[in-house]
Amino acid sequence: MLLDWGYVAIFAIVGTLLAAMPLLVIWLISPRSDYPQKFETYESGVPAIGQAWAQFNVRYYLFSLVFVVFDVEIIYLYPWAVVYRKAGPVAFYDMLVFLAILTLGLVYAWRKGALEWV
Amino acid sequence: MGLAEAAALPWYVELWRAIAGTVLIFSGVAVVAAMFGVLLERKISGWMQSRLGPKHVGPQGLLQTIADTIKLLQKENIVPRNADATIFASAVLVVPLAALLDYVVIPFGTTRWGPLIFRDLNIGVLYFAATSSLVVVGILMAGWGSNNKYALIGGLRSASQMVSYEIPMGLALITVAMLAGSLSTVKIVDAQAGWWYAVEQPLAFLIFLIAAVAEVNRVPFDLVEAESELVAGYFSEYTGMRFALFQLGEYGEMFAMAAMAVTLFLGGWRGPVLPPVLWFVIKLYALIFVFMWVRWTYPRFRIDQLLNFAWKVLIPVGLLNLVVTAFFVMVVHR
Repeated sequence: MLLDWGYVAIFAIVGTLLAAMPLLVIWLISPRSDYPQKFETYESGVPAIGQAWAQFNVRYYLFSLVFVVFDVEIIYLYPWAVVYRKAGPVAFYDMLVFLAILTLGLVYAWRKGALEWV
Repeated sequence: MGLAEAAALPWYVELWRAIAGTVLIFSGVAVVAAMFGVLLERKISGWMQSRLGPKHVGPQGLLQTIADTIKLLQKENIVPRNADATIFASAVLVVPLAALLDYVVIPFGTTRWGPLIFRDLNIGVLYFAATSSLVVVGILMAGWGSNNKYALIGGLRSASQMVSYEIPMGLALITVAMLAGSLSTVKIVDAQAGWWYAVEQPLAFLIFLIAAVAEVNRVPFDLVEAESELVAGYFSEYTGMRFALFQLGEYGEMFAMAAMAVTLFLGGWRGPVLPPVLWFVIKLYALIFVFMWVRWTYPRFRIDQLLNFAWKVLIPVGLLNLVVTAFFVMVVHR
């Protein structure tokens, strides 16, 4: 078990190094030339107006919020799915209750208009 | 790789095996997915639009991507003055790494010594669900770090899109896990010795495929980099090799999704006569072809249609499919 995650950790570390290799190569061989316009933010050719770090639509946030609720509930379904065949009918009815609550949450978000993009 | 577990190998053997496996997967994905995938995409796009596609570099344009890579290596590396340099630079590493982490649990085939897999995690499917959604972190970092309006909108769209399609995908994964009674990808492939799960669970397969296309931000769900409105979306500001690394991440993720679909629904490496790895590759490329076919068949969704489709169609259908399957499994097993 611990060995499995050791493998994953090594994959992540070695992988990062491998992905960084082309960056090292371009750092060594890519040309450099300096003039100020090059480092402007791209905005279809005209000088950029203001920063991009400004207000944006709150809907993006709302969807993430609904997602968090659902994702946390879905995590509980994974262990249930694995033992389902052994656990027998009681697992089915238990999960029916759980899924009913989940569906209720979806209906609530739907009716409240959290899923509307306006 | 996943050779038969001898009684506790010395730690340095394990270490070198892990490193060798990582290098093998990285180079494999870089060559097979990114290099060949880009070429295939351009060739198929050309074919579907009644034009030729790349043709001049090498025989039938086979070396086009290699030429492109060499070209990109020589390009200047520009960090915009207003960008958040740290986030801007590290996003380049996060996206390909997140995409490639998926490959840890994909069984590419089987050998005399056991399944050909980097590591058969006992929670493989859950691990895949977790790592495949890590890409969104990199995309959001790129979008935010660029301090570019197009990039920011692209990153935000990507975040809301990928999290929305995460849920139907999770429901499809759970349905399969329930049928197989395991989260290990090797065991799921073994469980498909009789029927493929695509036959038993066509609805889950369809949901998974749709969600997969959405997760990798391809047409018709490519709002993230909708070139007609957002230039190049979250990687508008990236040049040269950094741009190429994003491409590696995108194609790596696309191939990972297709490979997972093969593993979970199309029987993995199972097939008659031909060697297992070859079967895996054939199925993988068949699905990749479907992805490319879809790209030239459907127009792009609008963002409200996109999110409505996830929340009001895919999730209810996915939940219903899960309950019906659970009921069916319970009745059969009594």
